[in-house]
Amino acid sequence: MKRTWLTFLTAVLMTVLMTVAAVAQEAAPVVDADTPLEDVPLDTVAPAAPGALTARDYLDSNDAGDKIELDWELSPDDGEGSCDVAAYHVWRSRSASSPGEIVAEVSSGQTHYLDQDLEPGAEYFYSVTAFDGTNESAPVVCAPVAGRVNLFQWSRISILALMIVFFGLVLVFTKLAERGDDLFVRRIPGLNAIEEAVGRATEMGRPVLYVPGIGEIDNIMTIASLTILSHVAKITARYETPLIVPTARAVVMSAAEEVVKQAYTEVGQPDAYNPDNIRYLSDAQFAFAGAVNGIMLREKPAANLYMGAFWAESLLLAETGFEAGAIQVAGTAMVSQLPFFVTACDFTLMGEELYAASAYLSREPKLLGGLKGSDWMKVVTIALMALGAVLNFMGFETFVNWFQTQ
Amino acid sequence: MGTIIWTTIGAILTLSVYSFLYKDNPFYKFAEHLVVGISAGYYLVIYYYNFIDPNVVTPVFQLRLGDQAIGFGSGAWWLALIPGLLGLLLYTRFFPKVAWVARWSLGIYVGGYAGLGLSPVMQARVIEQIGANALPLTSVTNVLIVVGLLGTLAYFFFSMKHKGILGVFARTGIVFLMVGFGASFGYTVMSRISLLIGRVSFLLHDWLHLV
Repeated sequence: MKRTWLTFLTAVLMTVLMTVAAVAQEAAPVVDADTPLEDVPLDTVAPAAPGALTARDYLDSNDAGDKIELDWELSPDDGEGSCDVAAYHVWRSRSASSPGEIVAEVSSGQTHYLDQDLEPGAEYFYSVTAFDGTNESAPVVCAPVAGRVNLFQWSRISILALMIVFFGLVLVFTKLAERGDDLFVRRIPGLNAIEEAVGRATEMGRPVLYVPGIGEIDNIMTIASLTILSHVAKITARYETPLIVPTARAVVMSAAEEVVKQAYTEVGQPDAYNPDNIRYLSDAQFAFAGAVNGIMLREKPAANLYMGAFWAESLLLAETGFEAGAIQVAGTAMVSQLPFFVTACDFTLMGEELYAASAYLSREPKLLGGLKGSDWMKVVTIALMALGAVLNFMGFETFVNWFQTQ
Repeated sequence: MGTIIWTTIGAILTLSVYSFLYKDNPFYKFAEHLVVGISAGYYLVIYYYNFIDPNVVTPVFQLRLGDQAIGFGSGAWWLALIPGLLGLLLYTRFFPKVAWVARWSLGIYVGGYAGLGLSPVMQARVIEQIGANALPLTSVTNVLIVVGLLGTLAYFFFSMKHKGILGVFARTGIVFLMVGFGASFGYTVMSRISLLIGRVSFLLHDWLHLV
């Protein structure tokens, strides 16, 4: 009995629903492929206009002032409302009285456009409309804007600020060093090893091998290496020990020649300088490594000094030198190669120790100023990081964002 | 046939280089001198065609820069000529009386590169690092990063002796450095092993067809 009633009620409900559906279908205009185009009802309702539009000069390094970037807010009908925005039209004009021409069609959901190849300094009027495929919304306009040649990139002001601080510190310490103040620099253990190594080579009557890396002369490690080379050359000149300097770059060879020659002259041994010992081997990394290995085995230097920029050849050199029984001292700021030097050499100047060594050895005011300046710059850096961490924790992210310059 | 010959030459040179593992010998010497000589000649040609010809010879003498014609005496022409002349000045060191002139070129070269490198180095190695390491000590990872960073910076602080609290931080820094070096060493050894596998594969597969 219950089932009968249930069946009856279901039938009535279905009948009512189908009747309603049929009525609704009859009321709705039917559009199919056979319907003439003029009978298709047109979408005459334009989407709502986008929100506030801003246009500003594009800031970039080397910006020639020919770019303007635009940002706007989504139309209320983009993704919501009638949900019929197909694209945004960006209009550009040279006068306020005319909308000008469409210069870009930006997909719905996007709110940014970079207009390029503009006339620097010329004033442009922009407007943006939402477009649903048929209708254009009312335009949203903004104040006229002109591109400027940007000689200064404001987004990188933090770099300038810290460079001023750094060079201020360097200048102050350089002046103090020039004035004769005793600027303390702690002794680096690896430096004693250099002198010991040269002394040992002298006792054994064998040469010293100094490899300034395979970096170009523009590499700061190569420059620091040449300063240390000067110190080593003075010691070998005094001891009258041959100094062999193989190089992988022609310009580095020229610079090494100058440095060694100058060092020999300064200690009163200009005649002991042998230009044939400053050698160009090859620009090719492993050809250079192979040739230096050959020197180690055939000329049997008692001390091998590797100072500068090294890559994959570091272990090849250090391992061969170890097998040959030479005392070895290395110094590099190449983090990826330090493990090999630490493993295979007797002493290693790690990272910044290479630069500190050149300042320590020469006591040159400019180098000392640079070393002391970079030391105190580390303190400034730690203070800024601590301040940033505290502010970040408290929810003030602006300070940290200031240091994100990309 | 040509492939077999070149593969065999490559295999013989590979074995000659590996013979160094036993001791220095004429085969290694031959391979070493061959690669040094060939690379020197190769780089001479590469440097000429990639740098000297397009940047100096063609603009100065043929008045062309890339696909564009440049005028004699124009800004682009001078910008090609002056660095070329500075390069030539390097050769004055072959003449002892005027050898000092070579230092002008070196000075401009080194100074120019150092100046150009300042801003990127400050950006990448200082500014960005400050932003990335201003971390609140709210997790173990953050604590490790901050302690490791402070310790490493303390180790590379040269203006004071490593005593007291600075010494403690410096020793902590050394521990972090050595852990990092160990990881780097292991990673690189693995990549070197893959290079060795590549050469062994060349010998056994490409040359001898054994595998």
